[in-house]
Amino acid sequence: MTKYITVIGLEVHAELKTKSKAFCSCSTEFGGAPNTHICPVCLGMPGALPVLNEQVVEFAIRAGLALNCEIKFFNKFDRKNYFYPDLSKNYQISQFDKPICLAGHIDINVDGEEKRIGITRIHMEEDAGKLVHSGGSISTSDFSAVDYNRAGVPLIEIVSEPDMRSAEEARAYLENLKAILEYTDVCDCKMQEGSLRCDANISLMPEGATEFGTRAEVKNLNSFRALVRAIEYEVERQKEILEKGGQVVQETRTWDDANGKTLSMRSKEEAHDYRYFSEPDLVPVELDDAWVERIRAELPELPAERQARLMEEFGLSKYDASIIVASKAMAEYFDEAVKTAQDAKGVANWLLGDVSAYLNNAGITISEFKVTPAHLAELVNLTKEGVLSSKLAKKVFAEMLKEDRAPKALVKELGLEQVSDEDAIMKLVEETIAENPQSVADFKAGKERAIGFLVGQIMKKSKGKANPTMVQAMLKDKLQ
Amino acid sequence: MKVTTQDVKYIAQLSRLNVPEADLLEATEQFNQILSYADILQKLDTTGIEPTPYVLPITNALRKDLVKEGATHEEALLNAPAVHNDGFKVPRVVE
Amino acid sequence: MKLYELTAHELHDKLVSKELSSVELTNALYERIGEVEDKVNAYVTLDKENALAQAAKVDAKIAKGESISVLAGIPGGIKDNISTKGLRTTCSSKMLGNFIPIYDAHVIERLRADETIFLGKTNMDEFAMGSTTESSYFGITRNPWNLERVPGGSSGGSAAAIAAGEAIWTLGSDTGGSIRQPASFNGCVGIKPTYGRVSRYGCVAFASSLDQIGPITKDVTDAAIVLNSICGKDEKDATSLPVEVPDFTKALVQDVKGLRIGLPKEYFGEGIDPRVKEQVEKAVKKYEELGAEIVEVSLPHTEYAVITYYIIAPAEASANLARYDGVRYGYRNLEAKSAAEMVTLSRTEGFGAEVRRRIMLGTYVLSSGYYDAYYNKAMKVRTLIRRDFEEAFQKCDLLLTPTSPVVAYPIDGKMDPLSIYMLDVTTIPVNMAGLPGISIPCGFVDGLPVGMQLVGKVLDEATILRAAYTFEQATGYHKVFAPLGGKHND
Repeated sequence: MTKYITVIGLEVHAELKTKSKAFCSCSTEFGGAPNTHICPVCLGMPGALPVLNEQVVEFAIRAGLALNCEIKFFNKFDRKNYFYPDLSKNYQISQFDKPICLAGHIDINVDGEEKRIGITRIHMEEDAGKLVHSGGSISTSDFSAVDYNRAGVPLIEIVSEPDMRSAEEARAYLENLKAILEYTDVCDCKMQEGSLRCDANISLMPEGATEFGTRAEVKNLNSFRALVRAIEYEVERQKEILEKGGQVVQETRTWDDANGKTLSMRSKEEAHDYRYFSEPDLVPVELDDAWVERIRAELPELPAERQARLMEEFGLSKYDASIIVASKAMAEYFDEAVKTAQDAKGVANWLLGDVSAYLNNAGITISEFKVTPAHLAELVNLTKEGVLSSKLAKKVFAEMLKEDRAPKALVKELGLEQVSDEDAIMKLVEETIAENPQSVADFKAGKERAIGFLVGQIMKKSKGKANPTMVQAMLKDKLQ
Repeated sequence: MKVTTQDVKYIAQLSRLNVPEADLLEATEQFNQILSYADILQKLDTTGIEPTPYVLPITNALRKDLVKEGATHEEALLNAPAVHNDGFKVPRVVE
Repeated sequence: MKLYELTAHELHDKLVSKELSSVELTNALYERIGEVEDKVNAYVTLDKENALAQAAKVDAKIAKGESISVLAGIPGGIKDNISTKGLRTTCSSKMLGNFIPIYDAHVIERLRADETIFLGKTNMDEFAMGSTTESSYFGITRNPWNLERVPGGSSGGSAAAIAAGEAIWTLGSDTGGSIRQPASFNGCVGIKPTYGRVSRYGCVAFASSLDQIGPITKDVTDAAIVLNSICGKDEKDATSLPVEVPDFTKALVQDVKGLRIGLPKEYFGEGIDPRVKEQVEKAVKKYEELGAEIVEVSLPHTEYAVITYYIIAPAEASANLARYDGVRYGYRNLEAKSAAEMVTLSRTEGFGAEVRRRIMLGTYVLSSGYYDAYYNKAMKVRTLIRRDFEEAFQKCDLLLTPTSPVVAYPIDGKMDPLSIYMLDVTTIPVNMAGLPGISIPCGFVDGLPVGMQLVGKVLDEATILRAAYTFEQATGYHKVFAPLGGKHND
């Protein structure tokens, strides 16, 4: 049977975090009653004209530099013509043949393997409004209502090369891209709210083929999970067609998350005749070295650099560091915690272990996490100082999740301090030796394992509070 | 270049306009009259000539990122042919 | 002399001297409109109540001894493609038959700041596409010099209103001659400023890279006065020029000595009515007498200008007019079962034939497979046309041409679209190059006014105003009034 290679390219739309829209002074704030963040320009009123928000250019350059792109000095805008009720002018102001950024890349790591994914281009454009369908879904409704609050919100579209070969690579690319957009603070990357959206171009080609197969473009991928599932579904669908000797149709498909399927969007033959031409209402934007270099100098630390720093400065493993830096908020939490923590690796272990588990369970992100970095650091320190065993630390952590309080106070309140008092421990050691002559004899006869039993007995007597290291040391000392 | 009635139909569809069957021939003729006149442009050698999309040499007409009061909700809907739930009501979007 | 026969600067003096009140003046204009409007049909919408209220405010200011601007209290008309908040703005189209703008165009804001009076909105070719005003949904406008003739267009209502004494000044818009040609057909002064001199914000777009607002007036002085009010950088129009605006009335000096006036030979050749040519040549002689130097120049790409324009303008229009889809405002077909059908039926029923024709032409020249052959080619030829002017201006300070090769022609002359398009050959190249151009009256043929066009360098309105003013003061064609004659067959 023929083996197929999956070829994937992603087109990502990121809404820029400007205060006002791309071409008018309306607020970009999310939410708001329908048609309240609007003006003659974004409503496409007769005679209204666009004026470009300089922050859009600034953000596009910043994203381009962070994605290793070449920044083009000459910029102009074009009209992309198509009719749709959410598009108030029935053309979208976009960049066609002169995008602001070209030829960038992102490095990804899947199962320990490094790979570079090319970025073809990044261009600036405006978002459309929103259609609210009366029946809940587009196919069952008799009518729709249009809300233009999102119309004119600035976007950058980031187009990758068809360099990805699996759903996992696509996921890794999107994760890294999202992290970079968060780090550079150009987009808030809320996939649920649609501020980061992804379309995937997916095709199959027989192993050894020199040309890509016909692709399907899948839209409406609103989560990482949707991206992975849609790719997996498409690969199976296309494989089935090809294996039956059929041909994949070049078309736009939409991801139906509820049913786990991609569906054809019934492409009209005219759909791709966008009749682009230079937007005569806007003049060209010419960048220069000074402008680009100022933005380059102001670039924040990016995920890759941060990962290297965490490895070097705190001795974290590559894997741990990569997971912490994948989310800007997580990395910032880490940096804040290690300011007062005596054990950076301890902080990392907490974040990747219990904290992540809790966040996943609760379905929240670290930005919504109640426990402050300083308190987590204190918990790590209490363990490091031997005040808490790791078992008791988990108990304290559970309390902190209920209400974020200082671990020291909680330890005291719950009476959980580890006993490190030599006299107290010696008393327990002596009692235990006296109560377990058989084990003592076994140990003396060379059965090393017997000491484990004795330590266990001592810990039981102390209700887990005795410092295990001291117990071990003092017990051995006594028996010799 | 010449267009056919089929071309005119396609262009009408792209333009979201109907051309009644009865007017199709005349519309096609008028189209071709203008297009055949446009053929004189092909006589002109424009090799190496840059197009003029912007007649004046101005660049970087940019705006500061400031939020200003736009229109009110009532103004937005003032001329709306139909309204539903504070939005512009349109018939069903999929045919 | 009747009040409606006076100019803005003459009336300003009467207002300031309290010889006349703005309310009296405004009432006089509405009275005149009442007398002649059924013959001329220069207006689509009148706004008497607000106009009189504004006039009363100006009168109160004068009574208090406060100073007023030259245009304060002087009634004018606004072409119906310029957005006026709260006042219906139709573009003479069924599509916008009930459209009430929610904002003022930038020029309207400026004129309001000068406390001028808006009598109403003037008739035009639908969406400014035409040169006869016959394509208006609200009926044709008739030429006050001969009611069986067209007033020209697309700003036909604005020009006819001046000629018929229905406004003291008006605003028009000019994409390929739409101010200058009707000014010429009606014996008025009309100026299209340099592209970018006047903000287009609120001027309903036809072809964005060519459109420009300008005044139509009875004399050159009033043109300068209105220009002073409306010119200047606007933050809401990215294409408006960030340059100082001179006081244009300072250019009004009677002196053309040593001025080099270029006559582009292509504008005096084939296609021009010999009687029009004769009148314009008489004007050239006059300039010579007045001390100007006449030089022959060439604009070799003139023959390509009309078709280049009829590719570029419809292309831009096809996108500019896409917003009229019946969703947010304007005409909507209420029978349609789907959104797509609603949009198509609304557009088909809401737009007139010429507008639909140009939208389709524009769509075609931009469509896949034809873009390079038509649109891109036209944009390159535009460069050549622009360069022609740059070269000509090496040899002269301004150009002189007929404004139109013909005088006003009969209504419903059964001309095919292309023949009518060809008549724009004298005005179109000026828009293609973004230059300022003025039309002033320079004679008559069969009792119909002939206009000559003066074209200046970029941002050099001052020179053409000076030359126009000098000619006007030396002749006096602007003082002849339209007879409102001819058979009126409604």
